[in-house]
Amino acid sequence: MSATLTTTRLLSRSLREALCHGGSQNTGRRSIASLTRAPRTTRPLTNAISKFNTSQTRMLASAADVKEYTVRDALNEALAEELEADSKVFILGEEVALYNGAYKVTKGLLDRFGPDRVIDTPITESGFAGLAVGAALAGLKPITEFMTWNFAMQAIDQIINSAAKTHYMSGGIQPCNITFRGPNGFAAGVAAQHSQDYTAWYGSIPGLKVVSPWSSEDAKGLLKAAIRDPNPVVVLENELLYGQSFPMSAAAQKDDFVIPFGKAKIERVGKDITLVSLSRCVGQCLTAAEKLKSEYGVEAEVINLRSIKPMDVEAIVKSVKKTGNLIAVESGFPSFGVSSEILALSMEYMFDYLDSPAQRITGAEVPTPYAQGLEAMSFPDEDLIFRKAAQLLRV
Amino acid sequence: MSFAAPFRRSLIPRTTRTIASRYPCSKRRCFASVTSSNPPEAPREPEGTREVPMTVGDGGSGTVRPVRQRHGSDRLVFPGAVNSRFTNRLRFRMSDPNEAIETYRVMDTEGQIVDETHGLDFEALKEETLKMYNSMVTISVMDQIMYDSQRQGRISFYIVNAGEEGIAVGSAAALSDKDVIYAQYREAGVLMHRGFTFEEFMSQCFSNKKDPGQGRNMPIHYGSRRLNFHPISSPLATQLPHAAGAGYALKLEGTPACAVTYFGEGAASEGDFHAALNIAATRGCPTVFICRNNGYAISTPTLEQYKGDGIASRGVGYGIDTIRVDGNDAWAVYKVTKEAREIAIAEKKPVLIEAMSYRVSHHSTSDDSFAYRARVEVEDWKRRDNPITRMRKFMELRNWWDQEKDTQLRTHVRKDILKAFNAAEREKKPAISKLWEDVYDKPTKDQWAQMAEMKDILDRYGEEYDLDMYDGGKGEVVIKK
Repeated sequence: MSATLTTTRLLSRSLREALCHGGSQNTGRRSIASLTRAPRTTRPLTNAISKFNTSQTRMLASAADVKEYTVRDALNEALAEELEADSKVFILGEEVALYNGAYKVTKGLLDRFGPDRVIDTPITESGFAGLAVGAALAGLKPITEFMTWNFAMQAIDQIINSAAKTHYMSGGIQPCNITFRGPNGFAAGVAAQHSQDYTAWYGSIPGLKVVSPWSSEDAKGLLKAAIRDPNPVVVLENELLYGQSFPMSAAAQKDDFVIPFGKAKIERVGKDITLVSLSRCVGQCLTAAEKLKSEYGVEAEVINLRSIKPMDVEAIVKSVKKTGNLIAVESGFPSFGVSSEILALSMEYMFDYLDSPAQRITGAEVPTPYAQGLEAMSFPDEDLIFRKAAQLLRV
Repeated sequence: MSFAAPFRRSLIPRTTRTIASRYPCSKRRCFASVTSSNPPEAPREPEGTREVPMTVGDGGSGTVRPVRQRHGSDRLVFPGAVNSRFTNRLRFRMSDPNEAIETYRVMDTEGQIVDETHGLDFEALKEETLKMYNSMVTISVMDQIMYDSQRQGRISFYIVNAGEEGIAVGSAAALSDKDVIYAQYREAGVLMHRGFTFEEFMSQCFSNKKDPGQGRNMPIHYGSRRLNFHPISSPLATQLPHAAGAGYALKLEGTPACAVTYFGEGAASEGDFHAALNIAATRGCPTVFICRNNGYAISTPTLEQYKGDGIASRGVGYGIDTIRVDGNDAWAVYKVTKEAREIAIAEKKPVLIEAMSYRVSHHSTSDDSFAYRARVEVEDWKRRDNPITRMRKFMELRNWWDQEKDTQLRTHVRKDILKAFNAAEREKKPAISKLWEDVYDKPTKDQWAQMAEMKDILDRYGEEYDLDMYDGGKGEVVIKK
């Protein structure tokens, strides 16, 4: 058993206890803030076994129209299309113009749109994020690139206290149409200060919308939706996905392609266990699901959250009604994380449908180490997801 | 992120930066003028030069100019300092305490004109003068009423403007209605002068249903779309980068207006101040930064806030046109703001104004300043100089004003404010559905569900709650959007 598994298990076990304590305090009167949402229906006696597909489900017109896109190209296309479509849109950040972006996501944009709309900034996250918020308050639609979200901690006051709250605090008269984007979470060989997942941080703020793309279609559709959305949106990309290729449907290649917020995507249909995940871990879950199928004949359903806030709870509930088992998979820290939220939601909305306690697989509770071996043990991998799912299902 | 960026840069090999004239040199700004003012040192580029060893960007216009150290030059021509003479004298520089940046005045403490070159036609400005005086007096009368009401527990919080009315009103009078304002919290004079009504002031302080902010912010955190005045934000100095951004937006859209932001000398210690000045300078944002240097940041005296020559010296450091002005002289503030506005709009660059004043009030109603400064110190300042009495003396010298008119104005203003005060206090609070609205442009699915459940609770247990004070009472629980 690897060290990662031990860590996750131990944490999960101790935290599960804490969750139980939290749950027991639920006494008679509830406050307005913690109202329940969906009415419960009675559980169907048998799981609906529908026709399922072992590969990823994609609605494609024909294979010939599908092109391979890297996530980087998909993001670049999204930016170019939105800059083209709306003169109020501009992008700024460190090295986004002359240098084409630290990760080349903004490649070619300076040549195409000029220095007034593709802007290199001084190295001051609070400064250029603040400038972008001001421009948004003045009616423009800025896209702020952080070289990585790790550096955005310098600007977090602008993101939360200014961008996310002004619309509400102004009585709805002052919108802030801004998009913050950049690579987030796990990255290879860059140690603790460059590989941290901020999904839970931003996901907890009312007023922000938060999305986390996995595939190229996700990347393009979500980024375009973010730029068009009148609210401040945080787009959490992943550095290791930038160079990965995914098939892009004909519809997604068009310039009117957007993915609505608050809708998860079933990447793989299954009937035995639900794996809910986001960003890079979606791909890991799909690999683990294939191994579960080939080794044990287990059909895992893989849900790609896409949108963190608002979150598509219905999609998870629907899946769990069918599978009866739930594992949340993410690469953030275990405490107070995205998977903590999903497990809390499972207590609120899925308790009666679960055949086993919902589980989570997360990063280890350590600042990400630099050494390759230690780093590998700090994050979930395909094998861990596979083994944890098999263990849960007692196969 | 001092180390992080270079670290990142090393991950991907750099392409050669030989983009000497990718964009037409339409705007000549800072660096261009530096090189052209020194013809002997300006490097001569042979025709058709392809390789440029180092380049300097031109204030964000995209123009990249070559910088080259000529062999045998008597000065340093590096990208980081394009015209620095070599010296054999080892000397550490610092500002000279005996020769601080001077403070501009139009009139002295007796209202006598001391700058005859001011170029202001006071006869033509008579109406504006009376309006400025009216705004300053009104603010001071309103402050007294609101301060007392906080002490009586009728509102939760208040900040008075005493001693600093001249800065807010003097600058506001010099601006156009199209100029976008980002204030800190002691600039009610700007709003007053722009035409914020007593009803609007009082509705905000009492968080009633007429408050445009719908009771979501503390008293005095005003905002007005009509008056181009952005809502006050409590975290210090966040408005400074916003104003740089708003200025940039105005420039991009070709609007002949500027963004104007106010802040105290204490806020200028925040990182956002430095970030804002640097980015406004490098991106050429038409933004006027107005510092109210009033002697105290809550309890911290200015002399413990910084060691250099005020805030003005920092503007010079960032390559920004900077001026220091007597904040008790409303005409001086008016004059420099007018000039600053013209520079900002015409030359597309920021300007910094440091207006000197003394905060004769407590910081806010949460503060008792006599815990850290002597009452006599404050009384001395009050007696010595005051923007309102100075303006009054100026008007009296021209026979535009007298004691009778003054008494009449104060009585009249007080009556009107109290009328608005009483009406606002009695007004209903915002509808309870306002709790959920405006978190996003449209309520989310979760919020709709929460609303529905709240409605259900009120339908079943409505008699347990007293909602009469809220607009629409129990009936107003559905989001109307």
